Amino acid sequence: MTTKTVDGVAVEVNDEGFFEKPEQWTEAMVPVLCKEEGIDEVTDDHMKVIRFVRNEYETKGTGPTVRALGKTSGVSVKELYQLFPKGPAKIAARVAGIPKPKGCV
Amino acid sequence: MVVPTQPIEKVSIIISRGSLDGIYPGLIMANGARAEGIEANLFFTFFGLEAITKKRIEHIKVSTVGNPGMHMATVVGALPGMSALATHMMEKQMAKLDIPTIPEFIEMISDTGAGIYGCLLAADMFVLTKDDCIDEVQDIITVGDFYNIAAGGQILFT
Repeated sequence: MTTKTVDGVAVEVNDEGFFEKPEQWTEAMVPVLCKEEGIDEVTDDHMKVIRFVRNEYETKGTGPTVRALGKTSGVSVKELYQLFPKGPAKIAARVAGIPKPKGCV
Repeated sequence: MVVPTQPIEKVSIIISRGSLDGIYPGLIMANGARAEGIEANLFFTFFGLEAITKKRIEHIKVSTVGNPGMHMATVVGALPGMSALATHMMEKQMAKLDIPTIPEFIEMISDTGAGIYGCLLAADMFVLTKDDCIDEVQDIITVGDFYNIAAGGQILFT
C-alpha cells in the first residue's frame, strides 16, 4: 500500500493503483486519475461509465466486469473499449476509486 | 498480490478441440486477457473450427466419453442422448453464473478488439471456407501467418 496525492488530496492505493479507501475519492479527481491512465480528454461517455461503476460498487459492494458493464451500463462492449482501451472494467474501477472488480467473465 | 515487473502484454490462444469443455477455456482466457488490457488473438484449428463454423456453433456439446471428469462409466457416456443431457445441464449451470453462450461469447470477444482467426489447413481438411464461418472471423490463415500475428507475445495451446 502506498499513499499518493491526487488533486491535492492524499489517498491510499494498493500495488495495482486501486483505492484502498473508496471514500477518499471525489469526482473532482477523475481528470487527474484518467490522465494517469493515458486518457487525456474525459468525455461525457467516460463519465457515464465511471458514475455507473461507482454506483454499482456503492449498491452491490463490487464493481461490474466488462460483460456486466456491456449488458447494463447502456454502453456497448465495443464502445467501452474505445473509451478505455486498456480494459474498461479495470480502468473505470481505478479512476472511480473502487477496488478491482472480481470475476473471470 | 505481487505485481510482476514484466507484465504480459499479448497472448495468442489456440483452440484445437470442438467440445464445449474444449472451447470455453480458451474463450475465457482470451476475454480475461482483454479485460486486463492485454492484446489477445484466438486461433481455431482442427475440431476447434466447430466454434466458428456457422452450421456448428449452436450445437457444441460436452464430451461424455473418455472424460473422467464426468464421473460416469464410458459405456454410460456413450448412450444416445447422454452428451445432449450433460450439455443441457452444464449450460443451465453456466447461465446461472452468467457465462455467455459460445456464439455470444465470441461476439463479445470480437467486440473487445481481439483477433479471431481460423486455421487454413484444418479448414481445407473439413472443406470449409471463410464464408462458412461466423462474421467475427477476420481471416483463415496459415500457421506461418499465425506466428507472425503472435510475434512478441505468449502462445497458449488449449
